[in-house]
Amino acid sequence: MIRPLEHIVIPIGLIVVGGLLGWSFFLAVTGEAGDRLASVALARVPDSGVSNPVTSVLLNFRAYDTLLELAVLLSALLGIWSLGAAGPGFQPAASILDGMVAGFVPLLILSAGYMLWVGAYAPGGAFQAGALLGAAGVMLALAGHRNAGLPCESRLRLLVALGVFVFAMTGLLLMVLGDGFLTYPPGLAKWLILIIETAATLAIGATLAAAYLGGRPAAHPTSGETA
Amino acid sequence: MTVLLTLFDLLLTLTLLGLAVVTLTSHEPRRAVILFIAFGLLLALVWARLRAPDLALAEAAIGAGLSGALMLAAARRASGRKTSAAQSRDAEDAP
Repeated sequence: MIRPLEHIVIPIGLIVVGGLLGWSFFLAVTGEAGDRLASVALARVPDSGVSNPVTSVLLNFRAYDTLLELAVLLSALLGIWSLGAAGPGFQPAASILDGMVAGFVPLLILSAGYMLWVGAYAPGGAFQAGALLGAAGVMLALAGHRNAGLPCESRLRLLVALGVFVFAMTGLLLMVLGDGFLTYPPGLAKWLILIIETAATLAIGATLAAAYLGGRPAAHPTSGETA
Repeated sequence: MTVLLTLFDLLLTLTLLGLAVVTLTSHEPRRAVILFIAFGLLLALVWARLRAPDLALAEAAIGAGLSGALMLAAARRASGRKTSAAQSRDAEDAP
């Protein structure tokens, strides 16, 4: 028996979508190099306040996009917290692992700071620096620290919302001052980007470490620590 | 030099494709996650070869490192839940 939806409509739809994809790929490969967005963006990089093209696109030309990415990260964490309390951490570590963690965590925090600063003119930036901070938290959690080095819940809430808050407030302030949402004035652009990136780094690091715990943090962060 | 680099790229691409297939067809979650981490690290190399060091950094740190750690923890919890559920079922079945 031929069911029309399964045997006719879906295969034809898939063939059409596949054909469209192949056609657009063909056009992209053989098409003339017209006015691409990349050349327009690259030409305006000196006006953006930072000299690294990637950071200038992420934090200036498409700042809206980055703000919403931070909001997605925040809502993912809210989803994880809605699952209930965090499970018990991993087993307390042997002293040799504790020693390694004690050495590595400060190094990770230091490299996160470097990554944040270097993002203005070389590969780096808030997401990479935040990932390093998050890795420090995951390392602490693996070594048996119940709250992965994170503060108590009320402060943690402030920390994870910091990125979106500072980003949106900067945009709104610029709008009130008459520049438009997230349109930085040229002289201030560098400092505004640095402030936003610092807040975003802290928020991303705290969000990733809190996500690894897999639930709402314990009420008393110091009670379960091995240190 | 360019021939060597081309060979390296070819090897990288083939290994990546092979790893992707093995990861997707793996039955055991833990094994799949470990293969996924290896896949992410090789993908970071691909981004570096494409001269996108930003993406290489992000892929190694977030794609392979943090996602891998998150999925390992999830696999561990899921298998723990499965075995505890099986144990409680066994306990109920026992006379």
